[in-house]
Amino acid sequence: MFPRPIEQTSPLGQWAYKIAVPVALVLWLLPLLGVALTSVRPASDLAQGNYFGMPSAIALGNYVQIFTDSPIAGYMLNSFKVTVPTVIGAVALSCMTGFALAIYGFRSNMIIFFMFVAGNFVPFQILMVPVRDLTLKMGMYNSWTGLAMFHIAFQTGFCTLFMRNFIKALPHELIEAARVEGVSEWQIFWHVVLPLMRPAIAALSVLIFTFIWNDYFWATVLTTSADSQPITAGLSSLNGQWIAQWHLVSAGSILAALPPVLMFFLMQRHFIAGLTLGAVK
Amino acid sequence: MANTVWKANQRSLAPWLFLAPGLIMFIVYVIIPIFQSMWISFYDWDGLGEKTWLGLANYAELLDDDAFYTSLKNNVIWLVLYMLALPAGLLIAIFLNQSIRGMRLYKSLFFFPFVISQVVVGLMFSWFYAPDFGLFYNLIESLTGQGIAILADDRFVTYGIIVAGLWPQIAYVMILYLTGLNNVAPDQVEAARLDGAKGWKMLWYVVLPQLRPATFIAVVVTVIGALRSFDLVSVMTDGGPYGSSRVLSFYMYEQALSEYGYRMGYGAAIAVVLFAIMMIFISGFIWKMWRDERGR
Repeated sequence: MFPRPIEQTSPLGQWAYKIAVPVALVLWLLPLLGVALTSVRPASDLAQGNYFGMPSAIALGNYVQIFTDSPIAGYMLNSFKVTVPTVIGAVALSCMTGFALAIYGFRSNMIIFFMFVAGNFVPFQILMVPVRDLTLKMGMYNSWTGLAMFHIAFQTGFCTLFMRNFIKALPHELIEAARVEGVSEWQIFWHVVLPLMRPAIAALSVLIFTFIWNDYFWATVLTTSADSQPITAGLSSLNGQWIAQWHLVSAGSILAALPPVLMFFLMQRHFIAGLTLGAVK
Repeated sequence: MANTVWKANQRSLAPWLFLAPGLIMFIVYVIIPIFQSMWISFYDWDGLGEKTWLGLANYAELLDDDAFYTSLKNNVIWLVLYMLALPAGLLIAIFLNQSIRGMRLYKSLFFFPFVISQVVVGLMFSWFYAPDFGLFYNLIESLTGQGIAILADDRFVTYGIIVAGLWPQIAYVMILYLTGLNNVAPDQVEAARLDGAKGWKMLWYVVLPQLRPATFIAVVVTVIGALRSFDLVSVMTDGGPYGSSRVLSFYMYEQALSEYGYRMGYGAAIAVVLFAIMMIFISGFIWKMWRDERGR
């Protein structure tokens, strides 16, 4: 173990550590706590200059108000409309591409693999003008379909990297044995490999969900109106309208952060496995 | 007949059939657009009408564009300061790598900032920095007698945004190192401990070498994160004050798509420069990954 386990130090040291960790946590999450508190602060507190103290009352009405006074429910719905198909699409496509690159030793295998990897790192701006143009031409501009199509394609790069490495680590004898039995390649994929990929599918699903939910750049490039914008772009435009109404901005922020945070808490182990790209086991 | 052809060639055709849907999507939406952007950067184009061939004129204009140099300079500052996420993340990981009760929950809470959208992070820090009542403003005021409106001051604005960006980035690096620390061989640490190694020496000579895979991924995601910075600049300052917090990704967007005029060609030229900078790093990463693959 590094560092030395705290149990081996003096009782005083152990106490100090047990106090230091929560204190550090509160300091670390200070911006988040500030916003969470503000989201339940009555508007009158802000008017009286009580910005960072304890709220004089818990005003859950702020959360009601953002739903009644703004299209935030629609923004949230749009986010789901973009995110869910993207997760399904990118994971489905990359199960297949990952399988192809991990199992078959054809000549251009490595080139294609590294094309996926490299493409995944490029700056979004080099894609912006042509992708916007393509989306316009396909009649998908300013709709969740156009946004989801791009996200599926782009995320396939990252997902392929992940899936390919995962399948590569599976025992190859399984596949050889199935081939000897005369099982077709598709059946090997469907009945032998796919059932073993469940942890990888779970990891990628939560990760892609978070990435896409939090995407802001493509939302601003490919959507323009409130009936198609996801929550990130929506929140940014609401921020422009709610000048100095920080209790509303805060409530909106907390709401926007909620789905990925829940997802993370429910699927924590998978999430972290995904983030480390499987390289750091 | 078709059946026998399939049977004979199944093994060589199958990979291409599995690859086709994903590969086609990726080529159409990612690979081809890279080259299209390069092509567009030689034109004057408003996104709708006819394109006019300009040759290298867009690039020549960049060389005389102060806003371009400001963005480029800010990108360098981003890149350098973002690297602080590595030592900071490692420090927190070491601090948290204990097994007291409730540690799992603490670790996840420390990781929180990364899960939150950068738009929300940007709004949080704007509130933190807000002049007159912001917590940070008041802190500076009580220390020096004079508050600083970070986001309205062209001397500090970029640093203020970078701090906001470092918050989730440190959380990401921390989780990479926590996972890495979990796999440090305990016998080697114990052996080194018997030899009298501790503290910095232990970290530097025994632990860090074993954390190399984690460090590699941390460097990759931090470099990419620094050069991709767009959300925070857009949300917190919209490039201001007077364009002083622009970075290349934001400046490109501004030129190509905002009210400053639809200069797609000029925007594409900026994107090509950013791409070229990023390619230096990408080729390095790919080269290392390629070598590791070969060595397997």
